[in-house]
Amino acid sequence: MNGYNFAYLDEPTKRMIRRAILKAVAIPGHQVPFGAREMPLPYGWGTGGIQVTAAILGADDVLKVIDQGADDTTNAVSIRRFFSHVAGVETTTRTRDATVIQTRHRIPETPLTGDQILVYQVPLPEPLAKLEPSRAETKQMHALADYGLMHVKLYEDIARFGHVTISYDYPVMVNGRYLMSPSPIPAFDTLKMNRMPALQLFGAGREKRIYAVPPYTTVRPLDFDDHPFSLTRAPHACALCGATNSYLDEVVTDDRGSRMFVCSDTDYCADRRGEMEGDAS
Amino acid sequence: MTLPLLEAHDLQLQFGSIRALDHVSMALWPGEVLAIVGESGSGKTTLLKVLSGSDKPDAGQVLYRDPELALHDVHAMGAPQLRALHRSDWGFVQQNPRDALRMGVSAGGNVGERLMAQGDRNYGNIRQVALDWLAQVEIDGRRIDDLPRTFSGGMLQRLQIARTLATHPRLVFMDEPTGGLDVSVQAKLLDLIRSLVSRLGLAVILVTHDIAVARLLAGRILVMRRGQVVETGLTDQVLDDPQHPYTQLLVSSVLQA
Amino acid sequence: MAYVAVKGGERAIDAAHDWLARTRRGETAVPEIKTDQIAEQLGRAVDRVMAEGSCYDRDLAALAIKQAQGDLIEAAFLLRAYRTTLPRFASSRPVETSAMLIHRRISAIYKDLPGGQVLGPTYDYTHRLLDFALAADADSAMVPAAVPSSTEADQSPPAVTPRVLDMLQAEGLMGAEPQSDAVPGDITREPMSFPAGRDIRLQALARGDEGFLLALGYSTQRGYGNSHPFVGELRMGDVSIEIEPPELGFAIDIGRITLTECEMVNQFGGSKTEPPQFTRGYGLCFGHGERKAMGMALVDRAMRAEELGEDADAPAQDIEFVLYHSDNIEATGFVEHLKLPHYVDFQSELETIRQIRRRAETKPDTGAGEPQ
Ligand SMILES: [Zn+2]
Repeated sequence: MNGYNFAYLDEPTKRMIRRAILKAVAIPGHQVPFGAREMPLPYGWGTGGIQVTAAILGADDVLKVIDQGADDTTNAVSIRRFFSHVAGVETTTRTRDATVIQTRHRIPETPLTGDQILVYQVPLPEPLAKLEPSRAETKQMHALADYGLMHVKLYEDIARFGHVTISYDYPVMVNGRYLMSPSPIPAFDTLKMNRMPALQLFGAGREKRIYAVPPYTTVRPLDFDDHPFSLTRAPHACALCGATNSYLDEVVTDDRGSRMFVCSDTDYCADRRGEMEGDAS
Repeated sequence: MTLPLLEAHDLQLQFGSIRALDHVSMALWPGEVLAIVGESGSGKTTLLKVLSGSDKPDAGQVLYRDPELALHDVHAMGAPQLRALHRSDWGFVQQNPRDALRMGVSAGGNVGERLMAQGDRNYGNIRQVALDWLAQVEIDGRRIDDLPRTFSGGMLQRLQIARTLATHPRLVFMDEPTGGLDVSVQAKLLDLIRSLVSRLGLAVILVTHDIAVARLLAGRILVMRRGQVVETGLTDQVLDDPQHPYTQLLVSSVLQA
Repeated sequence: MAYVAVKGGERAIDAAHDWLARTRRGETAVPEIKTDQIAEQLGRAVDRVMAEGSCYDRDLAALAIKQAQGDLIEAAFLLRAYRTTLPRFASSRPVETSAMLIHRRISAIYKDLPGGQVLGPTYDYTHRLLDFALAADADSAMVPAAVPSSTEADQSPPAVTPRVLDMLQAEGLMGAEPQSDAVPGDITREPMSFPAGRDIRLQALARGDEGFLLALGYSTQRGYGNSHPFVGELRMGDVSIEIEPPELGFAIDIGRITLTECEMVNQFGGSKTEPPQFTRGYGLCFGHGERKAMGMALVDRAMRAEELGEDADAPAQDIEFVLYHSDNIEATGFVEHLKLPHYVDFQSELETIRQIRRRAETKPDTGAGEPQ
């Protein structure tokens, strides 16, 4: 695009972001402050993810952008367009074909490979923020691996409800050291992060933090020995492809309580339907 | 021969023109309760802060002897070690329990926090320990899931004590633990503290302006005035036969009251 | 089928953009507003957008206001997003506001003072009566001719108008600000960290939301962090911007900008090491923005509570709270992002709530199983 550098950000800014990314990879789960820039998209709409993507994108990359698991949601469309505009890179909706996947709120159902990078948009990088509002204090807690307070939250849930009620943005321990927010992905996706072959990068623009989970790093959801982490998923099969192992969106079909459940990952669902049609013929 | 658990050597601290600590030395042995008494402004609270590591002295040393008998300079250790010490071997009971408790967390969660901070990951166990401790401080186990804001002042202070003792610290700092409570509640709480301390063999450094509290709880007493230790010795001895005129004044004013 | 309705994001976005463009233009029978009209006749809006957009360019700010249909936060956002792409040629030398070409200068603590009180273009003493003449045909509205008052004509303004607080300081009654040649931090390049120094705090306030600073400043007057403020001085006018290119070795004037500066005088009871004296709250912003500069000065002083050994328990005294929430571009983005789809998170909440309700129905004695 005229008047702008490849992938929008100027090269010194990209270098600054890459340095933050390298540091983040070296200290898995640790939030690295970085000089987040103002982007032409609003804070809270993925500016952190966009800056990370802009910093790592090369001319040969193939970019996929999803929001809520879908390629066709408005914000995903808007970000994908932004990069085809300012970087001219090839874009795709197929998980398998992408080299860089920027996501908001989901991890694709199709397992990722070592050749891929998953970039998460993060609204609130500090997993302790809801329990301790002061960043000066949470910084201390991370430095000292002082995470008793997070367990107190889980304890309170079990005492009140009989089980942990955190259903998304479920706190995880990375590499046995740092407590990390996995971004608001459903708890259902949490286990996919563990020992994932792909590099996982997290960008929080407004809060100006980058963090990372390098390939094959252990990521464990926080739990108790006698109340282990468990998955919640709507007890249905996808109405379109019949999948019973994917995360489902609930779609209200009329005002009398009718609803259907379909895969939240549109590429996965379409892929399966293609396969099933293939099987039928 | 047992060695002191905590020693302070020649502590000095100046605030502007005021000498808050003027060449203060002391020692505390395992299982011993030491009261630091004096009027407000005498330096007793400052001494507690310096002994517990939260304020740094201008000069002098505070040494802590761990269970393996190794000595640690409290003000030379880094923040992580000091914090770890405060969560394991040490405990702190504040005058206002609201400063120590998490008011938005249930009684059980408050008692369990230190266990979880030390790595206990068994919910059933944490809950059992919390129930045991609530019983020890005479709080009905049925209140375990209630928030502290539904508790009375005396209950809050007992809950703070349960929270502090749940991980079996060796040394507990107490800052006017019965201050702000009415007299009948005070008496009951003092009884409870006395029985817990003797049963658990705790070492306690207790700051109080109240001679009666010192007499009831402490084996030894240290009288402070204008940043200096003016008299120290066995509690009964010092209070029955005070040597320093200031101690005499303190004792007589409490008799009059 | 129903599911198809949530698809089609691409077309929806295009259509929305078209509709927006039509709404922005409005009724085409009405002449389109020109950016120079905005710059000239909506000057206060331009000033606010420059201040919160932290970019001094009247033409760009006017364009942003036009593009944003007068939504000033949206306009500031447009300006910021443009600003961030600009290369940095140099940093200016500190501006010297005592050498300001004064348009307005008042002090609430002295009746008269060197340099005089200059009322300037202010709404302060206008009666807030709608002027229906302005609604009539623009050309017919009466504009008074610029006749300089006799006093202004007689005495040309002095080259230097001394700052009121400097006079107090010379008398030893005003706490001195520490002098430093250290390069100040830059919140547009480095993430904030805490404790945050005054350089960082003032930067954040200077681009902070006017409404937020106004409300926080107001709260300090109403007892949430009492600081007993007086307007020591409020001045607005033009200052020179100078840069010192390393290859030249001396400073050159690259132009003038309008600034508003406010210095609040606040009581201070003294401490163990310092005698009682006054302390300063400082506010400075681009353009003519008195409300902004005053709110900023109140909040700056409030945030010094801890440094001055005062209790710091009011919202305006909580540095982290103020700095993390003063930026309206960050705030509007995060608040408005709630409009983005959250069906994945909501779905997991739905499942969790259903699960809890199922448990409650099957086993009335839920949770920990303790008797109530
Ligand atoms: Zn499906």
